[in-house]
Amino acid sequence: MIVGLDMGGTHIDAVIIEDGKVINTVKKPTNRDNLFESIWTTLEELVSGYDKSKIKRINLSTTVSTNAIVEGKTSPVGMIIQSGPGLPHDFLACGDENIFISGYVDHRGRVVKDLDTNEIKESIDLFREKNIKSCAVISKFSTRNPTTELTIKELMKKDFSPITMGHTLSGKLNFPRRVFTSYLNSAVYDTFNDFSNNIKKSMEKESIYAPLYILKADGGTMNLLAAEEKPVETILSGPAASFMGLNAMLNTDKDAILLDIGGTTTDIFFLADGVPLFEPLGIKIDNYKTLVRAIYSVSIGLGGDSSIDIKDGKIKIGPKREGYPYAFGGPKPTPTDAMIVLGLMKDGNKEKALQSMETLGNQLNLSVENMAREILDTMGNIIKEKIDKLLYEINSHPVYTVKELLHGKKIDPKLINIIGGPANVLAPILEKKFNLPCYYPKNYHVANAIGAALAKTTTEITMLVDTAQRILSVPELEVYKKIDKNYTLNSARKKAMELLEKSAISLGAKKDEIEAEITEESSFNMVRGFYTSGKNIRIQAQVKPGLIHELRGDEND
Amino acid sequence: MIKAKNKLGLVFFPAFDWAISSTHPEREERLLYTQDQIFEEGIQDIEGIKFYNPIIAEEKDMQRVHFCVPDVKSRLTNSHFISVGGAIKAFQSVIDKEVDKSFALVRPPGHHAHRVVYGDRGFCIVNVEAVMLERIRQEYGPMRVAIIDTDCHHGDGTQDIYWNDKDTLFISFHQDGRTLYPGTGFIDEFGGPSAYGYNINIPLPPGTGEEGFLYVLDNVVLPILDEYQPDIIINSAGQDNHYTDPITNMNFTAQGYAELNHRLNPDIAVLEGGYSIEGALPYINLGIILAMAGIDYSNVHEPDYNKDKLKQSREITEYIKQVSEIIYNRWKDKENLRLKDLKGLDYVEKSRQIYYDTDGILENQVQNFKVCNKCSGVNTIKSRSDGGYNIYAITIPRDACSNCIDRGHKLYKNTPSDNYTNVYLQDRVNDIYYSK
Ligand SMILES: [Zn+2]
Ligand SMILES: [Zn+2]
Repeated sequence: MIVGLDMGGTHIDAVIIEDGKVINTVKKPTNRDNLFESIWTTLEELVSGYDKSKIKRINLSTTVSTNAIVEGKTSPVGMIIQSGPGLPHDFLACGDENIFISGYVDHRGRVVKDLDTNEIKESIDLFREKNIKSCAVISKFSTRNPTTELTIKELMKKDFSPITMGHTLSGKLNFPRRVFTSYLNSAVYDTFNDFSNNIKKSMEKESIYAPLYILKADGGTMNLLAAEEKPVETILSGPAASFMGLNAMLNTDKDAILLDIGGTTTDIFFLADGVPLFEPLGIKIDNYKTLVRAIYSVSIGLGGDSSIDIKDGKIKIGPKREGYPYAFGGPKPTPTDAMIVLGLMKDGNKEKALQSMETLGNQLNLSVENMAREILDTMGNIIKEKIDKLLYEINSHPVYTVKELLHGKKIDPKLINIIGGPANVLAPILEKKFNLPCYYPKNYHVANAIGAALAKTTTEITMLVDTAQRILSVPELEVYKKIDKNYTLNSARKKAMELLEKSAISLGAKKDEIEAEITEESSFNMVRGFYTSGKNIRIQAQVKPGLIHELRGDEND
Repeated sequence: MIKAKNKLGLVFFPAFDWAISSTHPEREERLLYTQDQIFEEGIQDIEGIKFYNPIIAEEKDMQRVHFCVPDVKSRLTNSHFISVGGAIKAFQSVIDKEVDKSFALVRPPGHHAHRVVYGDRGFCIVNVEAVMLERIRQEYGPMRVAIIDTDCHHGDGTQDIYWNDKDTLFISFHQDGRTLYPGTGFIDEFGGPSAYGYNINIPLPPGTGEEGFLYVLDNVVLPILDEYQPDIIINSAGQDNHYTDPITNMNFTAQGYAELNHRLNPDIAVLEGGYSIEGALPYINLGIILAMAGIDYSNVHEPDYNKDKLKQSREITEYIKQVSEIIYNRWKDKENLRLKDLKGLDYVEKSRQIYYDTDGILENQVQNFKVCNKCSGVNTIKSRSDGGYNIYAITIPRDACSNCIDRGHKLYKNTPSDNYTNVYLQDRVNDIYYSK
């Protein structure tokens, strides 16, 4: 048995899956004031009556860290930032105290100017005086040489915890994002660890010994231990849960558009040959652009409960939801009302739905039915326009080689997979607008929880080999290793796969389920004077998101 | 987050899979560390900076500017079509008002490519800025343009292309041709009969630093631009004036380049040379990006920057003052100089030898500029290369009068093709290219 739980803003879904079949589901409202309580009561209800010793794993998608950030309920953080020459640095001041220290590391990882330990001592005094416990330490190009961050942590560790070091969160180059991601990691650390301690205690009390995994925004999981260390990785996993749910119910290996149409919003995802598209650098939360790896998802304010107005003779749907649909006692006409009028939905007060369409129809001289049809058609248009725009942007993402520019992969969707309340109603409309087949599952109600339940462990590494300096580095694994100056691209590939696998296992993956792959690689001849001084090899490798196993039975259409 | 004051388009195309040869300065690695710096600084996340991919330029674009011998396809690689396409994209994004300014970080460079192209010289085969500009003029109509070449080498190719074009002011400042490739770019190279005074060279002594470059900018370039009133300013942005550049002898800095771009305020910048790939390019490119975007660049400098060490000598300062005065006075006096030097001539002939250093080809050519009082006049090139080609090329300029259009076509028709290996006609009025 696998347990999956997805905590959303308004409610929590949970499922038990056994042999690829959903055997129990629970849905409960989210109590925003006590997220742990909400999760625990849902879990208790879900597993009561089942043999708890048969639970193989529990996968949780939680909003614990997300909520803390969005609602500003985070710990104060003292930031030490070595920004060196370059952009002005004021905008990086995201902590409660921000100390910009001297010293600089360059793009090859050479320490150009040492840090001044007196500045660190002063920072320590200041943070203590301000009663700050959580810290983050970030230097420009720390992925190339983490010495500065390590030295500073060493000086601080007896007085502070946690201390997040920038280079441990991602090997990608982007100093501002590294600063913000490190800040967030320290800021949500206590909140997440309180939550995780509560869960562990409660599980023990209930004699549940299954390993616990947390869903990440990239559609994969990590074990609780890893999440406790890098809680920032747990943010914004909601869209990833629904994405994985969509994939579990409607599997494809083609280029595809994936839609989750809910009450308030429509989430849009894309697949390239069945593999999810990722955010190029990381996800944005609040005002922070981060290095947290995430599935590319775009949310638009359009759903079954979006409020409808007529403006300048045109139908305007969303982006706001102002309550229930009119037929359910809400204040405004909505697409749901249009569906009730057309007999596409059985629930709700049909009289009221008709009334709402009549009010709108009068303004446009349309019959009640035609008004309702126009509304659904407009919904289709909004989705089509947005997706066309996104595809254009995606297909013009910057490339850096002649080969990619001339022959690079372009996403050309062959089908659309939809889940959500209005999926069956919108499918025929979108089918016409896109001229693509649309698929939707019969039962979508717990798709998110199913997605969470079936998500495998994922990870990504960034490797740089500089044979002139004889260094191999994988910052996110804290690997900085001396290598031979004849080190080859081939050895680097092998090493990357080996490290990737090791990392996946430490995050809780089972060896036989790991599908590791190299996503980018390049090797440059470094020439100084007229001679080759070495090779500069760069490799990006990942364990991509995937399903623990396929979903069977009547969930599939 | 940081917001750009000027919306800036960036075409960053490092062509990581293309090199002239594996140890050549123009190799895959050239923009690797620039990319690292741009990525690490988070330039992608700055509001108002937009990244574009190059489009791919067409054969026709090359033929508006060049006579590729024997033809375009046998002289160019994909990387040239893309480098030029990157510059075109940058220009389009400005003209289409998607951005206020743009910077094409593309390679290979182009400013040593002349009108006739037998091969590669100074790492250039096609003149990126010129092909870009002529495509834009073709698409968007006439415009008055100033090209400021800030590469350390004389932009001899761009000079050749716009030699007789008054609507394209060319100003190049560079290390004195007596001390550096390509050995041209002297004050008296002043333009053809229809554009006398619109080709301005500012040769500078080795060792020129921030002070000298900015002096020339403030006292020659900016006043001339003020009088010329161009619609568009293009910076032909070479970066080899840097104090760490391995093939030149100047003392310019990243901060200086940023300041220069701030004061020059170009609409478009296109990368040219610059081969200090670790010590200079990452910082200069960052400086130019920030300056063009209107973002504070005061904190941009090289890790080993030392202002005092890079200070130019008093003699250099004095020398530059004198040169600047002479050049500016010549600009002011260009009408008189034209009357004095060119009065009464029906045509102007110019013969020279051109050496293709990268490919080791020697060319002898004679250019003939017909003087017409209604237009810039038909001009022709007779050229012979030691590779066995012997060509005749005719250009009908953009502003040609009907007589000159006829004259150009007659010349082409009446030139027996057995006298030459190749005969070409570039009819810019009708945007047609013929060859036989
Ligand atoms: Zn140069
Ligand atoms: Zn004429």
